[in-house]
Amino acid sequence: MCLAIPAKVIELPKDNPSCALVEVVGVRRQIDTGLLQDSPPVVGDWVLVHVGFAMSKVSEEQALDQLRMLSMLGEEAAVFEEVQGYDSVASDTAQALPPRDNGFKAPI
Amino acid sequence: MKFVDEFRDAAVIKKAAEEIRRLADPQRHYRFMEVCGGHTHAIYRFGLKDLLPPNIELIHGPGCPVCVLPMGRIDDGLSMATDPNVIFTAFGDMMRVPGREGSPLEHRARGKDVRIVYSPSDALKLAQRNPDKHVMFFAIGFETTAPSTALTLLRARRLGLANFSVFCNHVTIIPAIRAILDSPDMRIDAFIGPGHVSTVIGCRPYEWIARNEHKPIAISGFEPLDILQSILMLLRQLRAGESKVENQYKRVVPWDGNLAALKALAEVFELRPYFEWRGMGFISQSALRIKPAYAAWDAEQRFRVPGIRVTDPKAAQCGEVLKGALKPVQCKLFGKECTPEHPIGALMVSSEGSCAAYYNYEHRKAPLASIENAVGVPA
Repeated sequence: MCLAIPAKVIELPKDNPSCALVEVVGVRRQIDTGLLQDSPPVVGDWVLVHVGFAMSKVSEEQALDQLRMLSMLGEEAAVFEEVQGYDSVASDTAQALPPRDNGFKAPI
Repeated sequence: MKFVDEFRDAAVIKKAAEEIRRLADPQRHYRFMEVCGGHTHAIYRFGLKDLLPPNIELIHGPGCPVCVLPMGRIDDGLSMATDPNVIFTAFGDMMRVPGREGSPLEHRARGKDVRIVYSPSDALKLAQRNPDKHVMFFAIGFETTAPSTALTLLRARRLGLANFSVFCNHVTIIPAIRAILDSPDMRIDAFIGPGHVSTVIGCRPYEWIARNEHKPIAISGFEPLDILQSILMLLRQLRAGESKVENQYKRVVPWDGNLAALKALAEVFELRPYFEWRGMGFISQSALRIKPAYAAWDAEQRFRVPGIRVTDPKAAQCGEVLKGALKPVQCKLFGKECTPEHPIGALMVSSEGSCAAYYNYEHRKAPLASIENAVGVPA
């Protein structure tokens, strides 16, 4: 329930200032950045994502640690399912990419 | 204790464990409550109890939003889905939680339009795509999740979206801690504070626990080392006779929280006078409701809510377990009538509930976290 998933900001759409395209476990999804409006993320930043909203910015090292820990906790299936699920009702704004081999074990 | 060798920072973890043993007074029994269900899950999964001396007991707190939701609220939410024009949406975690007449998934099997969403904003998009339907989002969660619902409601109002509403079941963590402290059978020495809730509310709301109740509290991250460091902070405070709020999870939790999130919460929500918690009863000012200015998007205003109340069976001792008076295994129903497959009490419902975690890792002996399922992520 309370998953916080580290994601890297890939693109900031010009037409929507409270959105960001992020990549998590090889999947690209649009997330909401409205909760970070006091210090908006830039491309290349890492953020912790909870229910489709960026909650806080973290360093790359912290993000990778968090991924490692989610994997150790056996949460990779839940992470993959959740990230895949974001924006699944609005697939025109998101592009699903095949999972890349980033070492994060994800179910098919 | 073998699994510890497999962590990258095994040496540091061992050192922290040694320091805990050194600081813990062998004449004393320590009872530390981890408030957050995520911590409960991590403690069992990593087998952290094996690293602690036997006189440090970890009590599992109320921080699992699925677990503390009374069954009647699920029935209330599902009653809205009887209208064929309504699409019922909720997070995946809610889908298997039993109501009096079955879970949301079972209602879907009976032909109701019940859908999983992974974000409240996706429920809003679903409403935009289905203008002839009404999309109701069943919102649950602590302060970690509530700001996302708040931003979604702000957006619904900005868009003037008429076919969207939220059934608000958001709860707040501080009154639950207060209820635990006020309970006569409370025997907690210190608290391991929730990490992600605190990214939103910050550390200040816990100050009364230290100041008025004289209980140390350490806001903690979720890695094994984070939790051990937090236990060390608590032991040091107890040794020095201090009680203060310490922030172990500084890399993520700002002392003042997330002001944008707090502003969104204050704009959209107000406190309910009281709310029922499963296993704990009614707690005053412990939950959020939608402000009158947003009544058009409040499912409790738009639908007739039956206000169903379902009491847990008397034999279930969830309240005692939640307050730390009993261990999960000491409940009469544990592992017999009440299992993760057929949960009777609240704490068996979600994998973050203390009974389910205890059942999976202590009772059924699920494998602990090991390097085999943690390889490859760049260190």
